[in-house]
Amino acid sequence: MIEYALIFGFVAVSLALVMNLWRLLQGPSVVDRVLAVDTMVINTIALIILQGMYQGTTLYFEAALLLAMFGFISTVAFCRFLLRGNVIE
Amino acid sequence: MSLALIVLLPFLGALLPGLLIRSGRNACATATASVTVLALALLLVHTPAVLRGEVVQAGWDWLPGLGLNANFFLDGLGLLFAGLILGIGLLIIIYARFYLSEKDPMGLFYTYLLLFQGAMVGVVLSDNILLLLVFWELTSLSSFLLIGYWRHLPAGRQGARMALVVTGGGGLAMIAGMLLLGQMAGSYDLSVILERGEQIQASPLYLPTLLLILVGCFTKSAQFPFHFWLPHAMAAPTPVSAYLHSATMVKAGIFLLARLWPVLAGTDVWFYLVATTGLFTMVLAAGIALFKDDLKGLLAYSTVSHLGLVTFLFGLGSPMAAAAGVFHIINHATFKAALFMSAGIVDHETGTRHIPRLGGLMHLMPVTATLAMVAAASMAGIPPFNGFISKEMMLEQAAHTPWAGLPWLVPAAATLGAVFSVAYALRYAVHVFWGPPRADYPRRPHDPAAGFWLPPAVLVALVVIIGLFPEQTAGPLVRAAADAVTGGALPDLHLYLWHGLTPALGMSVVALLGGAALLWRYGDAWARWRAGPHPEAKTMYDAAMARLVAASQYIIHTLHNGALQRYLAVMLASAVVLGYAAFSGAAHLPGTRETLEIFPVAGVLWLLMAGGCWLAVAHHRQRLLAVVAVSVVGLMVSIGFLYLSAPDLALTQISVEVVTTVLMLLALYFLPKRTPEESSGARRVRDGVLAVLAGVGVGGLCWAVLTRDFSTISGYYLDQAVPGGGGANVVNVILVDFRGFDTFGEIIVLGIAALAIYALLEGALRGPAAAHLAAWKGDMPRAADRHPIMMVVATRVMLPLALLVGVYILLRGHNMPGGGFIAGLVVSIALIMQYMASGFQWAARRMAVDYDALIGLGVLVAGATGVAAMVGGYPFLTSAHDYVHLPWVGEVELASAMVFDVGVFLTVVGAVMLALAQVSRLGLVASHEPANEGPMDFDPSTPARTARRDPS
Repeated sequence: MIEYALIFGFVAVSLALVMNLWRLLQGPSVVDRVLAVDTMVINTIALIILQGMYQGTTLYFEAALLLAMFGFISTVAFCRFLLRGNVIE
Repeated sequence: MSLALIVLLPFLGALLPGLLIRSGRNACATATASVTVLALALLLVHTPAVLRGEVVQAGWDWLPGLGLNANFFLDGLGLLFAGLILGIGLLIIIYARFYLSEKDPMGLFYTYLLLFQGAMVGVVLSDNILLLLVFWELTSLSSFLLIGYWRHLPAGRQGARMALVVTGGGGLAMIAGMLLLGQMAGSYDLSVILERGEQIQASPLYLPTLLLILVGCFTKSAQFPFHFWLPHAMAAPTPVSAYLHSATMVKAGIFLLARLWPVLAGTDVWFYLVATTGLFTMVLAAGIALFKDDLKGLLAYSTVSHLGLVTFLFGLGSPMAAAAGVFHIINHATFKAALFMSAGIVDHETGTRHIPRLGGLMHLMPVTATLAMVAAASMAGIPPFNGFISKEMMLEQAAHTPWAGLPWLVPAAATLGAVFSVAYALRYAVHVFWGPPRADYPRRPHDPAAGFWLPPAVLVALVVIIGLFPEQTAGPLVRAAADAVTGGALPDLHLYLWHGLTPALGMSVVALLGGAALLWRYGDAWARWRAGPHPEAKTMYDAAMARLVAASQYIIHTLHNGALQRYLAVMLASAVVLGYAAFSGAAHLPGTRETLEIFPVAGVLWLLMAGGCWLAVAHHRQRLLAVVAVSVVGLMVSIGFLYLSAPDLALTQISVEVVTTVLMLLALYFLPKRTPEESSGARRVRDGVLAVLAGVGVGGLCWAVLTRDFSTISGYYLDQAVPGGGGANVVNVILVDFRGFDTFGEIIVLGIAALAIYALLEGALRGPAAAHLAAWKGDMPRAADRHPIMMVVATRVMLPLALLVGVYILLRGHNMPGGGFIAGLVVSIALIMQYMASGFQWAARRMAVDYDALIGLGVLVAGATGVAAMVGGYPFLTSAHDYVHLPWVGEVELASAMVFDVGVFLTVVGAVMLALAQVSRLGLVASHEPANEGPMDFDPSTPARTARRDPS
């Protein structure tokens, strides 16, 4: 059963990533693209967890943890740049 | 052991003068002299043994893997030279005490002098030719300092630079020659090399080796065409000239000719190169010396001439000639040092050393005049002084040496050289000291204090004594040295003042009469000389140097013009050309490995990476978009690492991506947001073609590597990680244990880089750059939310969690993915979050630790781990690990490498934070807004603060 769930998960997340790519390339504004990157990070976290389950290992967990913890920092930095120009005031 | 001490003493003693100059000039000179006396005494202890024919040896292995051993040996030749260097050095130290004026920094002078003395003694006592090269270079450097001692004189600085360029350049050739010599002999130890003469002369590398070594010797010993630096080095203070050009520096080249005589001499090439150069230099320089009006200039060219004489004697290749050369080295050192010293006294007392302004000094300075005239007579080769004997020996050798089948050429040239030599020596005596006293000296001359003329007096006494009793005084030393030079091939040698009625005596008489006649008709000779051509070496040298500088500037400015595009183009183009050259010459077989199936999700990731790259290329002029694209690529690379089972790399890449994005955005704030279009169409086509070629090449290379089986060293590390390093995470064990020394170097580099960023940006915060920065207006819109509450709260909540993750990753690093480097990045990001949320000022005030101190602490901790291993008797950074049983926790494995990892961690945190914090400070200056006092714009806990909200 879990195999089917995993395959479904992989397909769904991959589709989401492709759509992120579409938004990234299409834009039109910078904010759209930054948002696309941020969503890509979220999808990547999912992908890492799925891969870990698929291979039956917890070895990749920390990578997902780091992405979850810090993935938003880049997004925030882009936003601060767009809003204030200076990232650290 | 005391042998090494003789070499080391001057180096150690070089510290003394600088310290003791505070106690006065006499104390300073006494301390310097006592160092030399001590070294000389140590040398004398060994003298009886060496004169008996023994060779004293001492030393230890230094870098045995390279064949570089700190071996010293003392034989007759070494004794002769070391005695000259230390003995005349002592006299020079006494002389300089009286020569230097109150204004000259005497401590500095003596320090340079001792450094030079140590380097020279090192050259003559080294048993290992690599060690000899080290000392050889040290003589070039320390003589540069000595010649340029009067740094306020342009002539002094230029002379020093010229000497350094010429002798240092020759030193480079010498390094190559010595390396070849060591290769041929199979050892870098002189005692071994000296016994393999036949093997070396039979080798095809003999000729290039000989040429390279001769370039080194000839530049150092000022042989034609490299002789021009020596007269320009006369801008140095006279004690320096007396020391460098009588006994030491210029004799180093001669010394090496003598040292390598058994190995290199005896062939036709040797004879025609060395003897011809020596003879030509002897005649040419003697001719020039006669017409020099500067007293020291005359002595300089006469030195070149006498060096040529010795070179000529060694070049003849016969043992008797070599013995004559050795004897002349002693004689030249004594009379030339005395002459330089008396020239210095004349200069010091009259205020000029321009010969046409001098004359008649015999009546005013009888002591100096006597000393100078005796020394000059020895230089002229007049009996019964020592110069006569060795000159007779030289003429004797020249008398029966045919050159390319011409029996008369060498004797005639030698006699001509002797004629000039007599003429300039007599001129030194007659034009300076004879004649009526004049009334127009710049200063009223009289004999100086005894300390000033005693050193030359000692030398002149030697000149007379050796001249009268050559066999009893110099005989044993000359025999021991000549034995060492010729490798024991010396026939019975005895030194006599009177050789009987030989052809040499005839040549001597001709030289004396000719020289006297030349001086008698000096006016005519001078007029003829004036009419001839005068190639000015300095102009040619300056022109050559200017051309060299222009050429290297052209190359540098072409390759290194500040445009990154050009650097990339040059690098890629050379890589493509080299790669294609290798590719075209090889067989192009497909790989034998089966290709794997593509995991569909990996295909999607590949698509995303390609999309990110496409975005970067398509929108590279919009720099913000380029940063966005780069972060997509970085994300995909991280996942790629995970997919290919490299979780350590993935963790590192994820953290580095965050820090990089923040850093790039911080910098982008100050930069134009769009890249201007500057490239022409043709250049874009060129760059495009290059990029495609390079990309296809790298892709093809990866394909070729991945489709083949290859052997790696991974297996070894995988097997050894647990038993050897005590950790299951091989990546981390490699970093902190197997390749710990590399990591140690890397964290030092990282720390230096961060400090350099700090220092460079510190410059932007001061001076004109700061004014520019303060006047700068940002080109970005500014929203009202400076420190939004949401972000502040989120980052505050994240802080302990992130720090905990950091510690967790640090601690588990040795066995699971993680380690100090990743942990350092994680903690840095946790701190950067606070800076971003609440502002630089607010966060910096709450950070109690200095980041630069953190860098230093990290390097120290890592270094201390390595030193701890040394204390335990193991090599640097050997790790130890053990298992400890802790209550409740159970078996815990502790490895010293973990402490090392803590050092890495601290350095990374310090370096990242120092760089980011410094860039943020720039932003603070440029923002023109007051630093925030509170942590956020709207702080619900302190309602009063809301009024201060900044509506900019």
